[in-house]
Amino acid sequence: MKPSIQINQIGKTYGDVMALSDINLEVETGELFGLIGPDGAGKTTLFRILTSLLKPNAGEAWVEGLHTVKDYKKIRRIIGYMPGKFSLYQDLSVAENLTFFATIFGTTIQENYHLIKEIYQQLEPFKNRRAGKLSGGMKQKLALCCALIHEPKVLFLDEPTTGVDAVSRAEFWQMLKRLRERGITIMVSTPYMDEASLCERIALIQGGKILSVDAPEAITNSYQKPLYAVRTADYYRLLNDLRDTDFAERVAPFGEFLHLTTREKMPEQEIKDFLLSRGHSDIRLQPAKPTIEDVFLDLMQTT
Amino acid sequence: MKNEYAIQAIDLTKKFGDFTAVDAISFDVEKGEIFGFLGANGAGKTTAIKMLIGLSKPSSGQATIAGYDVYSQTELIKEHIGYMSQKFSLYEDLTVLQNIRFYGGVYGLSRKRIKEKSAEIIERLNLEANARKVVADLPLGWKQRLAFAVASVHDPAIIFLDEPTGGVDPATRRQFWEMIYETASRGVTIFVTTHYMDEAEYCDRISIMVDGKIEALGKPGALKSQFEASHMEEVFLKLARG
Repeated sequence: MKPSIQINQIGKTYGDVMALSDINLEVETGELFGLIGPDGAGKTTLFRILTSLLKPNAGEAWVEGLHTVKDYKKIRRIIGYMPGKFSLYQDLSVAENLTFFATIFGTTIQENYHLIKEIYQQLEPFKNRRAGKLSGGMKQKLALCCALIHEPKVLFLDEPTTGVDAVSRAEFWQMLKRLRERGITIMVSTPYMDEASLCERIALIQGGKILSVDAPEAITNSYQKPLYAVRTADYYRLLNDLRDTDFAERVAPFGEFLHLTTREKMPEQEIKDFLLSRGHSDIRLQPAKPTIEDVFLDLMQTT
Repeated sequence: MKNEYAIQAIDLTKKFGDFTAVDAISFDVEKGEIFGFLGANGAGKTTAIKMLIGLSKPSSGQATIAGYDVYSQTELIKEHIGYMSQKFSLYEDLTVLQNIRFYGGVYGLSRKRIKEKSAEIIERLNLEANARKVVADLPLGWKQRLAFAVASVHDPAIIFLDEPTGGVDPATRRQFWEMIYETASRGVTIFVTTHYMDEAEYCDRISIMVDGKIEALGKPGALKSQFEASHMEEVFLKLARG
């Protein structure tokens, strides 16, 4: 079966600035695929190319077998796109925005209500409110409804959860899971590494290049270096002391603990003894399970 | 009226008509502590912060910021705090040096002091080669660190950070937090709000607001065990969903 999204050697430059370089990806039909990378990584540029809004300088891409440049008119009918910036009509009401998007795609809210029902029910109490007056979480739900109302085959969501609180974010990912169960292919981007585990497969992207593509589990399992979680009473001094050693390859703050990657596997007692010799107290040290961020930091260092 | 706490709030309350936006919150923040102030949208965080930084008068309760009273000494509070938000307050079309000079001027530093501070910030951030570049041309991570430096140009006792690190790569984010640790290690108090629970785990202690009240307060590790959660996100969702 053909992939839902096929990307072959896509490159894009803006003047002297390289935005994307040699991007190759395939996304299967009905897959929930995550593009994980910071601001400026090239996520939005890739979305704009795939949604036919921007022409690449190199390479080609297909969505549902349609060429993003030659078949741009057809592509636009079968995709839903939620841009990173809130792009609905601020001075139209919730219901008016939805009607507008349904109408330009030649459909009605009634016809496809089943697709948006669950999400739209949460908005219905506010259906006469102007879109500009909605909270961040509500705007995000309305934008998703508007992107879904014409029953797209592929959904492109550019940082839908940026700036949204933790409760709304969790709800949003639940909605995506249910949409995927309907067979809609979803490509979603996020700068937040902790959201990676919610996707079936992810691409780590940085500086216009893909660092790694795989299932989130497989990506974290690929981290083979010795990794420890460490903390002591004086976190900042601990950070500097460990950086001074020969055995540390990388020392990075990870919330309450520091993650210490050592050059070679070493007995925990040896690290503890070193910390004691530097006068640290309340030492806690244990092997750590690598996270997506550990892998990302490692790939950034080596590429 | 100095006291040992950087921030002390007792039953701090704000009502808008019949609606209680902030409902008798009490907490202390020690000097040099990194304190995370969390809550869902609409929980009352912003209203609470506005009272703490002297922009909004409380309806009742008490609070002191760096020893100054939130009712009667709001101008003194503003002189002793720094503020940085994710929407940086930097002027994009001014250079790095011009931004520092501008904010130094706003905070009433002498010309000599501004010169000293400029040199110090440029050196600390390794911006020597870019000091005369306009801010718009800097990478996001540098802007963030510069915004932090500018917010502390007047050596405030407390720095308020409003969702400081959204959207940067993991390495840049860590550089930013290391800058915060370094600052806190010099005795400056850091008060952070964020939606992102992994960021919360970088704080010494955090509070979580739900419907105007502080429903949880403690070290991240202690809160995780209290709520039998493996991540702060779980703690937050358990509280916010009630």
